[in-house]
Amino acid sequence: MDQLDRRLIVATQTGLPLVSKPYHALAEQLGISAGEVQSRLLRMLERGLIRRIGAVPNHYALGYTANGMSVWDIPDQRVDALGAQVGALEFVTHCYRRPRSLPDWPYNLFAMVHGCSRAEVEVKVAHIAALLGGEYRSHDILYSSRILKKTGLRIAG
Amino acid sequence: MPDKLPTQPGPLDAADRRIINALQGNFPLCDEPYRHVAEQLGMSESDLLARLRMMLDARVLTRFGPMFQIERMGGTFVLAAMKIPEEDFERIAAIVNSLPEVAHNYQREHALNMWFVLATETQGGIVAAIKKLERLTSLPVLAFPKEREYFVEMKLTA
Repeated sequence: MDQLDRRLIVATQTGLPLVSKPYHALAEQLGISAGEVQSRLLRMLERGLIRRIGAVPNHYALGYTANGMSVWDIPDQRVDALGAQVGALEFVTHCYRRPRSLPDWPYNLFAMVHGCSRAEVEVKVAHIAALLGGEYRSHDILYSSRILKKTGLRIAG
Repeated sequence: MPDKLPTQPGPLDAADRRIINALQGNFPLCDEPYRHVAEQLGMSESDLLARLRMMLDARVLTRFGPMFQIERMGGTFVLAAMKIPEEDFERIAAIVNSLPEVAHNYQREHALNMWFVLATETQGGIVAAIKKLERLTSLPVLAFPKEREYFVEMKLTA
């Protein structure tokens, strides 16, 4: 990533211009050609610096008002195999292995489940429990009651 | 300002929902990408742009554009949690939110009742932010760094 990539990130991290030729608008701002903007974005996509280009919906506005972080205590030697299966479920939007923090926190697998109600989240979590069978020791669901902050990442210009 | 939950679903019509479902990735890298997408959706470019602007203003969409993976740039995201006495929650929330390194912050129903994401450009920035939070709040911060990610993808349907 060079200085120009960095300037391109700063110019687009709050969003793409909503104009007919957005890459031209960025090009003008950065003093390069539109083709250069497009090829740099493509390169960043290929290298995984950009996960995707598109719309980021607000879950709550779409009616997904119940946001449950399901957490599971799974034996270390099984967590990767089972985590891959949980992450592949159509309704799991994020799935990670994280360290336990004993004694307060025995869970090492986190699977985010969104639903239009808590009942819907619970049905989905029961589905995960069934998939895991007898292979988890305990689990919990942490519902969010309030968004306190949501700004996303901002790198300095 | 914190958002109260649950928020009422916005007045989305069928065309808005088609836009959200179609635009969760693969936005084209061509000269007139909005026109290209609008044609696929059977609407005019000006209608698509107006609807995107409306959904961003109404916060139906958080943003529209590239989603960067800070880890690939040498930066880090870390999930962290705190156990905060209920009577002190608002004061501590204001302190936590005041750090620019705190990207998202949620109140959750659990003894560990505050969960937030720290995003910094360097690994050292995370350690420094946690130390600063512990000093400012006099409370321990538990860090849950991602050890592995299992197939993460946007799968919400509007």
